[in-house]
Amino acid sequence: MEDAKKLEEFQAKIDAEIKIEPKDWMPEDYRKHLQRQMSQHAHSEIIGMQPEGNWLLRAPSLRSKVVLLAKIQDEAGHGLYLYSAAETLGKSRTEYLDELKTGKAKYSSIFNYPTLTWADMGAVGWLVDGAAIVNQVSLQRTSYGPYARGMVKICKEESFHQRQGYEIMADMAKGSPEQKEMAQDALNRFWWPSIMMFGPHDSDSPNTGNAVKWKIKRATNDQLRQSFIDKTVHQAEIIGLTIPDPDLKWNENRGSYDFGEMDWDEFWTVVKGGGPCSKQRLKHYNDAHNNGEWVRKAAKAYAEKQNSKQKVA
Amino acid sequence: MTTNEALIKYCLRLGDTSLILGQRMAEWCSKGPVLEEDIALSNIGLDLFGQSRTMLTYAGEIEGKGRTENDLAFKRLEREFFNNLMSERPNGHFGETVVRNLFLSAFTYNLYKKLSLSKDDTIAAFAAKSLKEVTYHLRHSGEWMIRLGDGTEDSHNKIQQSVNDLWEYTGDLFAMNEVDELLIAENIAIDLNEIKPLWNNTINEILERATLTRPLDGFMQKGSLNGIHSEDLGHLLTEMQFLPRAYPNSKW
Repeated sequence: MEDAKKLEEFQAKIDAEIKIEPKDWMPEDYRKHLQRQMSQHAHSEIIGMQPEGNWLLRAPSLRSKVVLLAKIQDEAGHGLYLYSAAETLGKSRTEYLDELKTGKAKYSSIFNYPTLTWADMGAVGWLVDGAAIVNQVSLQRTSYGPYARGMVKICKEESFHQRQGYEIMADMAKGSPEQKEMAQDALNRFWWPSIMMFGPHDSDSPNTGNAVKWKIKRATNDQLRQSFIDKTVHQAEIIGLTIPDPDLKWNENRGSYDFGEMDWDEFWTVVKGGGPCSKQRLKHYNDAHNNGEWVRKAAKAYAEKQNSKQKVA
Repeated sequence: MTTNEALIKYCLRLGDTSLILGQRMAEWCSKGPVLEEDIALSNIGLDLFGQSRTMLTYAGEIEGKGRTENDLAFKRLEREFFNNLMSERPNGHFGETVVRNLFLSAFTYNLYKKLSLSKDDTIAAFAAKSLKEVTYHLRHSGEWMIRLGDGTEDSHNKIQQSVNDLWEYTGDLFAMNEVDELLIAENIAIDLNEIKPLWNNTINEILERATLTRPLDGFMQKGSLNGIHSEDLGHLLTEMQFLPRAYPNSKW
């Protein structure tokens, strides 16, 4: 009885667009859904450092190196921010990271694709961050307060990331024939995985049900995907690159682009750990974490010594 | 050697040291012991690349042959780099990075303090701005030095070993040649003999707080003033310079 009343009040708050805060009552499923989604988001930020870090040492100018390093640093910051927000749901960063380490928790599959040329730094910024922004802009209105506020800050930085990526693509597209070819090749490889970042079609999406009712999700996968495609096609045209989809065409009636069918077999293969870099990304994270263990232990031992010295004094 | 020729070499020393150490910091990306450290190490890297850009651009301007910061960073060969030997030491484990960065930031901190009074306006402004940054770098490496030295037995032994291993590269920090003589006379550069006791004080204080032993001076590596480096530098440059070398006519 008690819970039914609480649930009713909870839903009334949601319907009235009042944010849910950490100390408020919430259904266990709401908490679990957010723990999963926010930690996945945080994990994506830190695993996402790797494919870009892959070109950091080879950035072709000092300016591009600094911009890329600043961007990767922002992502680490976003990770930190999101873990803190997710901790308000009663689970520690260590617990979330343990789930990443063991492969129990997921992160965005896009980071399981390799970055093969410098143009991929353009494609990742333009398309991957571009797709992420569309999703995150919508999440600024999500019902959980700490998550919504985190998104406001993160969105500001992400739009700078997308411009950074687009700038690389634009420069390469108007550069030498080799550079243009590299840019087109990066677009070809990243286009489909990017539009699949929004997840399965609404009709096949297992996590949509309550998430919409509880306003965790403010737009569906297909709506977000369409909005990303509609704004990106024109950006490709401006810099003279071709989106690798023969079925892509403007639909006057819908006021949107129609596009071809995505390869969902590939999507699910990658989600289930069969991406070109899936093992590599996780191993990299785990190696770094394990290599840092003696450092974390030392820091803890030092802090404890200082504490006991203070107590004696 | 003219004053300008000496000044170009001097700027390259400062700019190359920041560049090479910056590249080493970038190697840490996504490999830090905790997320907060990833952010801190990137921050230090960003400062260093910024410093390097100022000095390389200035060197190119004085030279007057139209070489940009990128020409100087990406199109010089191993023997044309003048970064001190310490800056190119490989990262090793986190403790080795901490010791290397401490030795270097204790040097640049004391140097930039004095160099901010240089008669050359650009160098003085560069030093004043960089001093704020390396003050933080020194605090960062100093605090880690103390935590690791006075942490666990394992961390103490590890970092003492790093101190011992890197000690032979500290001599090169204070090496001088005719470039220094000429620029000291013009009140542009600083006599590094004045920096040495200051560096000693900084290092001794931190070693003591970290419960670590200062090694005795023995064999010292040398050569950076003549562009003589360790084998490690060539590999770093090969990676860093790959794209501009592979596509020499492309703009990025």
